[in-house]
Formats: sequence, structure tokens, C-alpha cells
Amino acid sequence: MTNPLLHLAVALDGAGWHPAAWREPDAQPDRLFTAAYWVGLAQQAERGLLDFITIEDGLDLQSDDRFGGDERTDRVRGRLDAVLIAARIAPVTRHIGLVPTAVTTHTEPFHLSKAIATLDYVSGGRAGVRVQIAGRPDTAAHFGRREIPRLSTDRFAQPEVQRLVAAHFDEANDYVEVVRRLWDSWEDDAEIRDVATGRFVDRDKLHYIDFEGRWFSVKGPSVTPRPPQGQPVVAALGHATIPYGLIARSADIGFVTPRDRSHAAEIVAEVRGEEARAGRSGVHVFGDVVVFLDDSPVTARARRERLDELAGPDFASTGYSSDAHIFAGTPAQLVDLLLDWREAGLTGFRLRPAALPHDLAQIASGVVPELQRRGAFRAGYPDSGWPATLRGLLGRSRPANRYRSSAA
Amino acid sequence: MSKQIHLAAHFPGVNNTTVWSDPAAGSHIEFDSFRRFAQTAERGKFDFMFLAEGLRLREQNGQIYDLDVVGRPDTFTILAALAAVTEHLGLTGTINSTFNEPYEVARQFASLDHLSGGRAAWNVVTSWDAFTGENFRRGGYLAQGDRYERARTFLRTTTELWDSWHGDEVIADKDSGRFLSTPAPGAFGHRDQFFDIAGQFNVPRSPQGRPVIFQAGDSDEGRDFAAASADAIFSRHSTLAAGQAFYADVKGRLGRFGRTRDELLILPAATFVLGDTDAEAADIAREVRRAQVSPQTALRFIEQLWNRELPDFDVDGPLPAFDPVVSDTLIAKGRASVRQFAKDPVALAGEWRARAEDGHLSAREVVIEVTGRQSFVGSPETVARTINDFVQADASDGFILVPHITPGGLDPFVDTVVPLLQELGTFRADYRGTTLRDHLGLAPLGQPGAAAARAAS
Repeated sequence: MTNPLLHLAVALDGAGWHPAAWREPDAQPDRLFTAAYWVGLAQQAERGLLDFITIEDGLDLQSDDRFGGDERTDRVRGRLDAVLIAARIAPVTRHIGLVPTAVTTHTEPFHLSKAIATLDYVSGGRAGVRVQIAGRPDTAAHFGRREIPRLSTDRFAQPEVQRLVAAHFDEANDYVEVVRRLWDSWEDDAEIRDVATGRFVDRDKLHYIDFEGRWFSVKGPSVTPRPPQGQPVVAALGHATIPYGLIARSADIGFVTPRDRSHAAEIVAEVRGEEARAGRSGVHVFGDVVVFLDDSPVTARARRERLDELAGPDFASTGYSSDAHIFAGTPAQLVDLLLDWREAGLTGFRLRPAALPHDLAQIASGVVPELQRRGAFRAGYPDSGWPATLRGLLGRSRPANRYRSSAA
Repeated sequence: MSKQIHLAAHFPGVNNTTVWSDPAAGSHIEFDSFRRFAQTAERGKFDFMFLAEGLRLREQNGQIYDLDVVGRPDTFTILAALAAVTEHLGLTGTINSTFNEPYEVARQFASLDHLSGGRAAWNVVTSWDAFTGENFRRGGYLAQGDRYERARTFLRTTTELWDSWHGDEVIADKDSGRFLSTPAPGAFGHRDQFFDIAGQFNVPRSPQGRPVIFQAGDSDEGRDFAAASADAIFSRHSTLAAGQAFYADVKGRLGRFGRTRDELLILPAATFVLGDTDAEAADIAREVRRAQVSPQTALRFIEQLWNRELPDFDVDGPLPAFDPVVSDTLIAKGRASVRQFAKDPVALAGEWRARAEDGHLSAREVVIEVTGRQSFVGSPETVARTINDFVQADASDGFILVPHITPGGLDPFVDTVVPLLQELGTFRADYRGTTLRDHLGLAPLGQPGAAAARAAS
């Protein structure tokens, strides 16, 4: 049996994922809040033929402490709204998928649904969204509508903390359900422009979604017609059983963080099991890997060490750590790893460049050509038609509308 | 010296002004329509384009209203995309303060301002209906008396968020390793009857400091709100006399809030119909009005005023002889115009009948007359002269033009009227600045804190 082609995405965040990336000679930390910076990165990723980019976001100031804010002045702080960055990029790219991050904890599913539908219109069917929960109490205080207790690593396994985490993900699950129902709340042929009867729409093809849940009730229909892809792509990152449940029940793509090939196989088995329980199949499982890429392994490792030193005294001993595996080496060595992990059942990878633009350039000009040489990546983008959408790139068809009446 | 005219373009809306039945009418949702419309406005050197918002599909008689254009994009997302295909044009979006939270709206506008190089503007509206609230987790009901207090408070809070970054925090000095000049940028705290929030805003200060602020209310309270805190008013007074009265009233209020007359622009919405001659334009205008009020649309308007279903009513005959149903429960939901009808429907029905009798008009013809809002009808010369006269006579500072055809309805105006205004010397031949504040002739914002202090006064 021949192996399926791999899917490849890149995760954009500030100046790169290493906290000292902004100090690299080719980094552009003074341009992080300009459109040109993000357009440049997206176009570079598109020249590299990648399936899509993700854009990180959050409703708080970035922090080295995952449970609360810090007061560091030596890190990139501040960011622009990721959905709007993606919209700004869309008209000046042609092929690449655009998957901004959106927070489900404090925001409105009605607004997000029409925002991603609109992103799908402005990009010609290349929109997705990566949903994320916001668990920090200081983030909740920005909205003042609910209290969230401060967590810590040593309390994380306690049952009441796990219940809280599960509730956040249940809310995210409801949220995605509402977003998806709203995308379907217009049938594709609802707009009729029938001059004889004076009707612009056939209201029998507009549907109330009537969602009622623990966190919100939403009536519908959307104010935005069904987007070009029908259902834009939904993604989520997960590290444990609870988020795997969200991925399995609601997402099209799960980003997971295996330590090695056998860990990848365990994760894939768990996600597939959750998926079967939810009565679904075919969710993409992408491995996340932080990458330091250079022409020789020595150079890559030296760059990682140099960045660790720059990152401050607290990094000098431990070095940069991440939820994802950290790779430092050549593009060919990375391809060895990706093809090895593919055997565990991963269908693609989301690479997190340690430093921008350097590691993105290495992905585009090194990793992708090497994957192509080994027959593991497409030769180019499809020219037009359905395959040229993000769902199409991911090998998915355009889904039927859940509200479509059988009589039609 | 003559006043300079400000022109803007309103993307045709979800109402019966927009004629979708015309063969030239294109998509209201495809990006190409928005791109073409925005690029035409920019070709005409307009100050900005304007987008309205609606957060629930309108209903009548318990069913979705199907006679007008239905469906629109998300305001922020489409404006961010348009920033990619324009260079100078201001990007003004209506965003509701009832169904959003200050932190999110502030970061979306700050982001849009960054991504457009200082071209963002916000038309602040507040609605109070539980009908729209059914689409939102926070629900919608707000006592009508609290509307402006909510809007004022929301704007004050977002202004505090925008001003929480002063513009000197990001130093990004690679050598010293200092990205920030301060450990706690964007710190804020706000507590009042609507919002109790604190923390750190996460978008650095944007090119304009904050979006340009538009306000659209017409009540005494709305005018005060605008005079206190807005940069521009989107008004409905597009006739000369009404425009002058509104203009004098609102400009006269500015002093009370410590502001000068040129700190607030008054920009009425206006429609136009052009022809080679005035007579030809008048003929076309009549056709447009008939297209805007189809027999079915006429019936729906009559039902709105009479506040009941009239299933067998003939719109080519006379208006109903009986009086409207007076009730707090209205058959039409999600549209502002109905509230005008509801004030005194019996008296208004009497006025409609009197007009019908005077003009020997059918029910449909009455609706065509009373709902028509064609501001400028004539040859390009006539329209250019009239617009210039209105502005010079202080009926406005310019106009927000609402074409009735999407997306091409603006092109004839840009091609024929704009050059005449440029010849008159009262409209720019090219952009001079880069930000929307520059186009509007508004001074750059001073130090953070000044605006917040003013809004709070």
C-alpha cells in the first residue's frame, strides 16, 4: 500500500515560537503590528505550497506563565486580532488556507460564525478557524462576566480542576455546534431574486437553529449566507483526553503533540477511539513540531543554544521547552522524522517555526522539496474548482447542508 | 474660502432602497462586489466607505422578511479584507454596543486601524431589542432609557482601552533585549453600572490612536452624545432646510462640551439619480421609485403601519378605510422605521389617506411617495451644483451617498459628478494624507488621556 500524501501547515506566532526569536538578525520585531509583516509571511508560506497557516491569538497579553500574566519586558507582547489578520491576507494570496485562532470562552458564536463565513468569501473558500479556550482568571477579568479560578501545575490533576477544564471544553463543543449550524442556516440556493413574486430569498431555505445549551442559546439564522466551502475547516489543539474529545466530536483537524513515534500512535488511537464513540470518522490528526532548521545539524543546534542564552538566565540551564516536540537539524532530517511519525497514523504536521522568517524559509525551500522528492507531498496547488479550496486541499468534499429539505 | 466637501459611499443596504431586480444588480455577498465598490470610491477620492450592520434577519407577520436584499458579511472581516485592495479609503463600520464587550470591540478596531494603516472608523449604535438578543449569549434587553447611557459608557470604556497604550511601549531593541519599555503596558480598570473589567489591553496603540467615531442618533440625547464624543454624525437630514436646522443645532452644542465647530462633521445619507438631462433623470428616478416599492413591498409597508396582516388587500386600490391596530406588539421586527410608524399610527394613516385623496393616488402610489428618499436627481451639473450649494450653505459638511445598485451604482457619480466638484475647487483632486482623520480634516489625537477626559465630562 502506498502511503497517503502528507499535509503540511505552519503556525505563525509573533516573531516565532522561541521567546528570543525577535532578537535574531533577520527578525522584524518592529513590524509585528503591520499588515505587510503578515502578508509577507503568508506569501512565503504560499510559495512553499503549504496547505494552510494558523495564526495564534488570545484575549490577553502573552505570558510565560500559562496560568496568569507576567511582567516581562524581554518578550514579544501585544498582538493583532487573528481573524482580521487572515482577512487582510486573503485578497493578496490565492491558494493557501487561512486558519486564525478564535477564543470560545468569552466571545459570541454568532459573531464568529459570520466572521469565518466572511473570511471564506473574501478568500474564495480558504477559511478555517482554530478554536481555543481561555482559562486564565486575568483574561476573564477583561470581560467581567464570569470568575475563573487561578490554576497551577500541581493542582491540575485534581478532580475539581479537571471538571472545570471539561466544562470549558464542553462550552467549546457547544460553540462549534452553533457556529456550524449557523453556516448551514442558509441553504445554498436560498437567494432566488424572483421578480415575479418580488422575493429576494426563499425563506423556506433559511433555517432557525434554535440552539439551547448551558452557556448560551442562539436562535439564528445567520445574517451571512452559507460560505463557499459550506463548512469552513475547524481545528483544535489538544494534549489530553478532554481536548481529544472536542477534536473527535467537533473538529476537522486536531493538532496534537507527540513526543515520539510510539506516543504519536497512542494519541492517534485515542483520538480515533473518541471519534468512533462520537459516530464520526476521518478527522485529520496533525503532529505539532517546533523546528530549528539549518543546512547542518550543528548550525541548527548552535542556533537553538544561542537563542536559549538570549532568552534570559532562567533559560540558560533548562533551555526552551514546549508542549510540542522540539526539533533542531536539517530539512532532510526533519523529513526523516515526519515520514517515520506518519507510520503512527498522523495525516499531517503543523510546524511551528522557532524563528521567523528563517525557519519558515527553510520549510518552504528545504522541507517541502525534500518531501516532494520522497513522493510524500503534492507537486503544486490545484488550479481551480473544489480542490482549490481548503477543504479540497485536505481531501474533503463539500458537505451536504444538514437543513436541506429532502423534497428539494 | 469655500468649504471643502466630504464624500463617502454607503454599500447598498438590506432595505428597499436597494434595487436587486435591476439586471445590472450584482451580488451583495461576493467579495468582488465589495472590492469594486471600494475601489470606485477610492478612484473618486472619497473619504471613506460605510457599512451598516444587522444582527438578526428582519421578520414580518412572524416570518423572515423576503422582499429586500437579505444577507451581509461580517463588518470587521470585510473591512479588513478591503484594506488589502485599497490604499487611502477610510473604512467605516457599524458595530453594536449591546451585543459586544468593550475588550473585544476595542481590539478589533485597534487591529483594523493597524492593518489599514490608520483608516478605521466606528459607527457606534446601540439597540435594545430582545428580538436581536436571541442570537447572543448576553441576550439583548435594555430599557430604552438606558440606550445612550450604555453607548456612552461603552465608548468611554473602549477609549480607556485604546488610551491604555501610549505609543512608546514597543521599543523592540534587539541589542538590549528589551521589547517593552514598561512591564505593564495597557493596564486598565473600569467599573460602572454596565461594565466591571480590569487587566491589560493587548493591542499596542494604533496609527490613529483610536478609530474615528461616528454617531447616528437623532434624538436630543443622541445629538448631545455626538456633540460630546463623536468625530462625525451620520444624519438623515438631506433636504436644505432640515439639513441647515440640524447642522446649526448640533454645531451649536459643541461649545458646551469644550469642542470647536470643526471637530465634528455632519454627513447626511443621500441618494442620487443621474441622467443626461434633468428631465431624463426625473424619468429614471420615477422608475427607480417604482422598482423600490414593488406591489408586494407596498403591501408590507401598509401592513406595517396598519400593524396587521392584510392578505387580500389590493395595493392598486385605495388605502384601507379602517384604522390601524394600536398595540405595543408590532407585526414587524428588526427594523427601525417601524418605530416611527408606531408613534401615532392612526394619525399617520390619516395623513396617508389625505395624500391619496389630494393626489388621486392608489395605496401603492402613496407608499412610493411617502417612503421615497431621493435626495439628488438631475444631470451631473445639477447634482454637483446642488451638493456644493448645500455644503456651502451649511446644510452639511458633505454626504454619505447610497447608490441603489450593487456594486456599480457609484460609478456614474464618480465618473461624472466628482470631476465637476473638483473643477469647482471644493473637492480634493487627490488624497493628501494617509489616515482617515487626515481625509476628514481632523487633527491627529493628542496624548492619551485627553480624549477619555473629554468623553467623561
